[in-house]
Amino acid sequence: MAEIMKVHGSVISTATQRVLACLNEKELEFEFIPVNMAVGEHKKDSFLAINPFGQVPAFEQGDLKLFESRAITQYIAHGYAEKGTTLIIPGKPMATLSVWMEVEAHQFDPVASKLNWELFFKPMFGIPTDNAAVEENEAKLTKVLDVYEARLAQSKYLGGDIFTLADLHHLPNISCAMKTQVKKLFDSRPHVSAWVADITSRPAWCKVVAMGK
Amino acid sequence: MATPVKVYGPPLSTAVSRVLATLLEKDVPFQIIPVDMSKGEHKKPDYLKIQPFGQVPAFQDESISLFESRSICRYVCEKYADKGNKGLYGTNPLEKASIDQWVEAEGQSFGPPSGALVFQLAFAPRMNIPQDQGAIKQNEEKLRKVLDIYERRLGESRFLAGDEFTFADLSHLPNGDYLVNATDKGHLFTSRENLGRWWNEISDRESWKKVVEMRKSS
Repeated sequence: MAEIMKVHGSVISTATQRVLACLNEKELEFEFIPVNMAVGEHKKDSFLAINPFGQVPAFEQGDLKLFESRAITQYIAHGYAEKGTTLIIPGKPMATLSVWMEVEAHQFDPVASKLNWELFFKPMFGIPTDNAAVEENEAKLTKVLDVYEARLAQSKYLGGDIFTLADLHHLPNISCAMKTQVKKLFDSRPHVSAWVADITSRPAWCKVVAMGK
Repeated sequence: MATPVKVYGPPLSTAVSRVLATLLEKDVPFQIIPVDMSKGEHKKPDYLKIQPFGQVPAFQDESISLFESRSICRYVCEKYADKGNKGLYGTNPLEKASIDQWVEAEGQSFGPPSGALVFQLAFAPRMNIPQDQGAIKQNEEKLRKVLDIYERRLGESRFLAGDEFTFADLSHLPNGDYLVNATDKGHLFTSRENLGRWWNEISDRESWKKVVEMRKSS
């Protein structure tokens, strides 16, 4: 575990930010290696050797190479459990935490990513927004956030009583969504709104945001 | 003797079958609790208590109630680590991380396009839903690119995470099986040498063959 950790990625990539947030919460030293996606660096052989899907982020520690942000964060959170913020809950509660990590990955992320693509990234790249896609995905996100509102009425954080990976994994897409018209879906739900304010004000997350400025 | 765990939902469901295959690999006794989706049982208040998104599967093991198939499978592998296939989720953190990355890849890159094709080609006709040719074309294109990556990987390694069959491979069985056996897109697998070899090996596992049997008799 003594070898330096390297994160290959882009500061505006939500998946890269997910890993950076985790490393910051754990107060771990790491080397950030920017990948120039504008020139297709992520599709070159040297990068494909660490992430065959040609996506960011990719992670290295000694001989270990990992891809998929949520696999990387779990590796870090379990491997450095004693350091910094405890992002996992050992024992039985881990099962519930795991449920909400999957919820983020499969219920929240696909919908939030599409909305962020339409409302945040497309305008940035000068591509016209697809309003039908926005409407469709806002309707889906509404249903997801209704479930979140009920969950957060009974549990301080999604995975349990403490801030964990289940909450952290949401940060990049929530932060982005809060800069768009989608903000109203979060603001109009009191428990969701309080949870968003709480998790997005964490110093470890603010450091990630600052990197992108 | 411990109470069998409960799995809510039909074996025909890809996500339910992911859990069943895992339980069979781990030799964990289970009972299937039927959920009549044609009558909307999965959207009724009683069911929403155990799965708030109104989807299958849901799962109970004594006092623990879970949903999301991959987290159910992780729980089973963790709690019953010493039962059945002990290496299914790896035996150390490095192995586990390698498995996790392919489980995530399955969920994020393989699952969406393969799931869309399975829905359009295998399920929509049975449900009298008109097929969306645009979606079929788009998802086939996406899936081809993903399978090219798998082809390369499986040229370096017998299974996705290494030399042994793990949950990373198992996770692909549900969608893969429908693609190969219930649509005309099976060639996407069988025409790729390494992928074809891998597919034959993983779909031949006793646990998966039992799941296929369970589907036929349900």
